[in-house]
Amino acid sequence: MTSTTPTTISTVKELPPARGHWRNVWARFRKRRLAFVSLMIITFIYLLGIFAPVIQTHDYQETNLRETQQGPSFDHWFGTDRAGRDLYTRVVWGIQTTVIITITSFVTGSLFLGVTVGLVAGYFRGWIDAVIMRIGEVVSAFPDILLIILLAATLRPRIVDLARNIEDSTGINGLVSSGIVDYVVIGIALLPLSWFGMMRLVRGQVLVLRDAEYVQAARAMGTSTPRILFRHILPNVVSPIIVSVSFGIGAIALSEVVLSFFGLGVQPPRPSLGVMIGEVTARGGASVSVLRDHPEQLLAPIIVVWMLIFCWNIVGDALNDVLNPRAR
Amino acid sequence: MLAYIVRRLLWTPVLLALAAFFVFLMGTIAPGDPAELRLGNRATPERIERERERMGLDQPIPIRYIKYVGGALKGDFGDSYHYQGRSVLEIISPRLWVSIQLNIAALIIAVIIGLPLGFYAAKKQGTGRDPTIVISMLVLYAMPVFFTAPFLILFFAVKLHWVPAAGWDGFFSLQIILPALTIGIPGAAIFVRHMRASTLEVIGQEYVRTAHAKGMSDFVVNYRHIARNALLPIMTIMGFTLAGMFGGSLIVELIYGIPGAGRLSLDAIFQRDFPVLTAFVLLGAGMLVLANLVIDIAYTIVDPRIRLQ
Repeated sequence: MTSTTPTTISTVKELPPARGHWRNVWARFRKRRLAFVSLMIITFIYLLGIFAPVIQTHDYQETNLRETQQGPSFDHWFGTDRAGRDLYTRVVWGIQTTVIITITSFVTGSLFLGVTVGLVAGYFRGWIDAVIMRIGEVVSAFPDILLIILLAATLRPRIVDLARNIEDSTGINGLVSSGIVDYVVIGIALLPLSWFGMMRLVRGQVLVLRDAEYVQAARAMGTSTPRILFRHILPNVVSPIIVSVSFGIGAIALSEVVLSFFGLGVQPPRPSLGVMIGEVTARGGASVSVLRDHPEQLLAPIIVVWMLIFCWNIVGDALNDVLNPRAR
Repeated sequence: MLAYIVRRLLWTPVLLALAAFFVFLMGTIAPGDPAELRLGNRATPERIERERERMGLDQPIPIRYIKYVGGALKGDFGDSYHYQGRSVLEIISPRLWVSIQLNIAALIIAVIIGLPLGFYAAKKQGTGRDPTIVISMLVLYAMPVFFTAPFLILFFAVKLHWVPAAGWDGFFSLQIILPALTIGIPGAAIFVRHMRASTLEVIGQEYVRTAHAKGMSDFVVNYRHIARNALLPIMTIMGFTLAGMFGGSLIVELIYGIPGAGRLSLDAIFQRDFPVLTAFVLLGAGMLVLANLVIDIAYTIVDPRIRLQ
């Protein structure tokens, strides 16, 4: 650019400095105050969960029958539950459970399975596409929550058996007690929720892009199919994927809480926000007395769930506006 | 359009058969030998073997599947494992009826609140009221039913004593108000969002400007030109919204102690009564599929602009 004339240089100077696409996106995103604050809140909640072992004030299993159903105090910041366990510690560990499950189920279900299958279906079309779409239609014929409950209920005992067998044959202990089995069960149960939406989205984009001129050019030059899919097409689908993920995470987190609330997800004594809510509210009309006497125990877990869903929705809305300006 | 309807009508039975196959498969994967579950753990091996034969469990899976689907078409989902000698249908029907009543009440609340509010927000676009409505509905939408249900119980039942805290006493009773509100509020939030978007779409149309230019009264334009056209796309999301609310009603039934299908299916899980659970899931899928079919076909007939391939 050294040969440009002084006049053009002066006009260029008046424009803002050129930035990369993602820096532009970030700059536009940051201007939306509500979305930016929401992202901060999400980050804060997730950090609480990730650093749960460091910031806990007690052990999450530690019961203290002399200090049950207490209100907030200096020793127990959020009070204690009916077994005298520290609610603050249990909430941060519950967040950790949610964080682990949302991330694993998104990486495996939505990002890995959904994106790959969507790329394949959209690119090859024909019978592969037809089969995949029909499977997807069968999965989405069920109301989400019923399918998740059915999967979790039928698969759990099988997976627990499998884990016991692995423990016996390899001598590794603690597979079942560590809660890994719970994560696997929930992860599989949430698969139908996470993969189909993503797959349909990616497929739709690929159907358009596969005939774009730059893809035809790449094909004519003899580029391999995986390279076309992942280097040429995938980068152009990233924006809608990000929007879809940010909308979906709230739903995934809520499903984990619901499953655990029903007693089908994370098993006590491992803490989960759903288990904590279930302990105060659920199990029929008899709970009204517990609820009447100690409603404050519900506040912390419920506010966390509420904030997560609300903030992810706001962030999703903002990302949708910022990344797909033509969509509205 | 006729070809589209015919194809949808042909595909629906196949879809339901595949859904039934999936549910049936999950039932066979489910733990526990049904014959053992029915007879209890004191039964002798010979008796269990005879029971297995009687229940047809010794037959190969494809035959059992065909029998299952054949029975399901006639409303026969087999016998419950837990409640001796009672058919699944006999157990599910009254419970499902309770859930359906509850969800209809919730849908009425969602429609009454959601559609006018969404319309109003769209009409007020550009003023402060539009974002206020949008944000506050998002707050309500994100609010988990775990929160709304206990909060409503505590406030209206425990504190004010306006309504009973829990239980079920039919469609026309005070008890239905709180649970229906709990399910209906998030549904209303969904309707506000969609109604606002589709109203905004219609407001920008030229025929609306023409109608105003002709000097028609605001009421007539709002009602005849905008609202009626904006409502059309709302029809298509009705099925999925109802399905979403139905999921919420499982939790609500548990918290309010309502003897509906949610309570039943949860009990079925812990009693390992899988015929009840699978039948419930299959009925749910069947209702969703049929509802969407009816909605889609009605939509193509009502709106002549829709031309699906």
